[in-house]
Amino acid sequence: MLIFEHSHEGRASNAQLSAEVPMPASLPASALRTSKPLLPEVSEMQVVRHFTRLSQKNFSIDTHFYPLGSCTMKYNPRACNTLASLPEFTGRHPLGPSLHGQGFLACMFELQEMLKEVTGMKAVSLSPAAGAQGEFAGVAMIKAYHDSRNDTARCEILVPDAAHGTNPASAVMCGYKVREIPTGKNGDVDLEALKKAVGPHTAGIMLTNPSTLGVFDRKIKDIADTVHQAGGLLYYDGANLNAILGKVRPGDMGFDVIHMNLHKTFSTPHGGGGPGAGPVGVSERLKPYLPVPMIAQKGETYVLIDEQDCPQTIGRMSAFAGNAGVLLRAYIYAKMLGREGMSRVADYATLNANYLLKRLMAVGYQAAYPDRRATHEFILTLKKQAKEHNVTAMDVAKRLLDYDFHAPTTYFPLLIAECLLIEPTETEAKETLDGFIDTMAIILEEAKTDGAMLKQAPYKLPVRRLDDVKAVKQLDVVWTNKEESA
Amino acid sequence: MPFIPHTERDVEQMLAAIGADSIEDLFDEIPQHLRCGELEKIPAGMNEMEITRLMRERAAQDGTPLCFLGAGAYEHHIPAAVWEITTRGEFYSAYTPYQAEASQGTLQLLYEYQTMMASLMTMDVSNASLYDGASALAEAVLMAVRANRQSKSRKILMPRTVNPVYRSVTEAIVKNQAIELIDVPFDPLTGQTDLSALAQYAGEDYAALVIPQPNFFGVLEQVDELTAWAAENKMLSIAVVNPLAMSLLKPAGEWADLGVDIVCGEGQPLGVPLASGGPYFGFMCCKQVHVRQMPGRIIGRTIDLEGKQGFTLTLQAREQHIRRSKATSNICTNQGLLVTAATIHMSLLGPEGLRRAALNSHQNTQLLKQRLTKINGVKAVFSSAVFHECVISLEADVAPLIDQLAKNHHILAGFSLQENYPELGNALLVCATETRTEQDIETYAVVLDKLINS
Repeated sequence: MLIFEHSHEGRASNAQLSAEVPMPASLPASALRTSKPLLPEVSEMQVVRHFTRLSQKNFSIDTHFYPLGSCTMKYNPRACNTLASLPEFTGRHPLGPSLHGQGFLACMFELQEMLKEVTGMKAVSLSPAAGAQGEFAGVAMIKAYHDSRNDTARCEILVPDAAHGTNPASAVMCGYKVREIPTGKNGDVDLEALKKAVGPHTAGIMLTNPSTLGVFDRKIKDIADTVHQAGGLLYYDGANLNAILGKVRPGDMGFDVIHMNLHKTFSTPHGGGGPGAGPVGVSERLKPYLPVPMIAQKGETYVLIDEQDCPQTIGRMSAFAGNAGVLLRAYIYAKMLGREGMSRVADYATLNANYLLKRLMAVGYQAAYPDRRATHEFILTLKKQAKEHNVTAMDVAKRLLDYDFHAPTTYFPLLIAECLLIEPTETEAKETLDGFIDTMAIILEEAKTDGAMLKQAPYKLPVRRLDDVKAVKQLDVVWTNKEESA
Repeated sequence: MPFIPHTERDVEQMLAAIGADSIEDLFDEIPQHLRCGELEKIPAGMNEMEITRLMRERAAQDGTPLCFLGAGAYEHHIPAAVWEITTRGEFYSAYTPYQAEASQGTLQLLYEYQTMMASLMTMDVSNASLYDGASALAEAVLMAVRANRQSKSRKILMPRTVNPVYRSVTEAIVKNQAIELIDVPFDPLTGQTDLSALAQYAGEDYAALVIPQPNFFGVLEQVDELTAWAAENKMLSIAVVNPLAMSLLKPAGEWADLGVDIVCGEGQPLGVPLASGGPYFGFMCCKQVHVRQMPGRIIGRTIDLEGKQGFTLTLQAREQHIRRSKATSNICTNQGLLVTAATIHMSLLGPEGLRRAALNSHQNTQLLKQRLTKINGVKAVFSSAVFHECVISLEADVAPLIDQLAKNHHILAGFSLQENYPELGNALLVCATETRTEQDIETYAVVLDKLINS
């Protein structure tokens, strides 16, 4: 039932109503609303019950193993939420004087410094609101850099074919053309193809390393040299930073600009689709262009610095200072991990992924790159099952839901047929992984003996497989009270 | 090891299964010369008790001043149930609902959200959120340039009464696509966008006109005239509104009877705390005809293979994970959790609760204006009706007064307009929402009077 179907005219959550006041003369009648918006008229308990019940229809990290590749669904420590929700933090107005923000700004300054250290970059701006906005900021900085040198022929951004969809989309938002670079047989970027593609029109390349294929590109230094020699810059997509935290730093690999997804690596909640936070870090030559505001230390006090202090900045990405509450949670997490904790994240994320990969291969699944080490994630391909049993990656994914496991990422990256991208993260215990492996073995058996059954999965969830085509063709995105309830 | 469950025995067994001698071996594909040593500048870790102590100290430094500051972020009452439910693990720690069957809670909630927002704005459709109000305006501008098929222009008419920081964010985001924002002046007496100044652009090709309601000065714009003018001149109209105000004022979908094409804004007043400026959420609604040009996630209702109602991500062919370089926007992660809070907030307040919060905010701001302008040397700057903010002018420089009020009296006096609108003199934008009392207003007035008149 929808919340609107619980509604009764004249009912209200009365404890939430402000005082009744007569309509003042200070508002002209012509400016006023005359229709009543379709908001539910319900009691407080009805609201609490409705949304509590809705929540129970979700899979989440707190309730399920959630091995969604490239999304880093690790445990979100409760302390991060509790402490970021202290009333002084939640009540602080963004435009309040820095005098009433020294505690908050100290946290932000220290976070900036820690992110510089783990990435090996020279300066960091925390302001982008999510990974894609960090990408936009990063590419905009590359453009500002070339423009400042009157190097305006550079109109193309190179993107490997395995890249996240946000990479080409962000490059286009910055006014660039996108050229795809193929992947070589072993999962590394095809260096020869790259060498042919670079030239005086190359503004830069956007890379994820480890890539979305779940392998570390061993020729990263050659890639960096090739692009730099052509006059282009290197952009690092930090989506997979969890794999290399405290092991190798993008700055040391030769990258000029990076964004981090704090909602992945630094364990802030994914919230059913955000909020994220996508801080950007840069090498020396891109420092002047960082988005504002940033946090600086002046003597004993912390202050926000803006356009006046950074005249060459690419500007602001949001009205205030980015997703401050997300940044606070990431800060608390980073402080709890500390120096030793950082590389431990990569250690155990990689251990879990390699264990899962080896055991899944042992029960009969095919790895996309069987000869490579897994990083923090890896890819299985169900090409064989699709051919022999007509069972697809989607069928296996849906069947996993019946067994109380969230599905891995499906059909991404696009260049691997029938793929599952699996990322267990460091916070899962061995017995959880073992349970997942046992289930995957059962599903493989089901594929062989009863493939037709898998095509109809899931069976035990609040709904069965949904008609996505109808959802597009008979677009119903807003409920109206004229119709009967379904 | 914080948040890592492995015992020594687990590690041994797992390495044996992998066929590796040590965890270190698993990193053997990373070239040795690239490896970093110890991260010296990261401090040692803290346990939960230690970090709790630190964060409480930091919070205490910031205090809880009495707030008369708005300028795009507003202190409103948020029912306790809103964040109690929003931070349930099932909402808090889930991801984007890619597996619809395992995400019906989030998906249904987003469908309910879209319905509430569309109805509050009286528009046909709503998306499931953007980052914040300012970036939502930037996306609306990009969308308008795509959607206006009658226009070849990449120019947008942007009133100076639009929040200055929204204008600068929009500029930063759209300039790389050669889109130009043209300033439209305001009437210095009314604080409204100057309709006679707009006349010079009539008959020329512009993609869209932006219409704020209320505008940055808190002033109500002549929205019907502006909307009609845009339509007459073949421009799309983009409203940027305070969503709480729409429960009290004529909604954007009814302006000039025909309604605007796109409406966007900052969702923060709907259940999101001030929290140093984020995370908030941007909202966007539009007419049905433009839906395929809309950025961001959209949820649709459909049926499952047994004919039962269910919810799923729809129109994904607009999005980056499908269309890559041809997507309507690069947005992926948006502001799902904030929308969760807003949906619960709107459900708890209902039409009457929102209207009363808006009306009480208006009343308190009227009271604040009357009280402050009784002080010798304080004047109201504009003559027009306002929603819940207004501009006052002082005889002396505003900045030092703001500092003194904050430092010595723990009062956030308002937002100085001196930097963005020097022509207004020593002008201050003040706000009193429903959370302020007569006593609060009196406290502020007495202190201000003392500071400027003694």
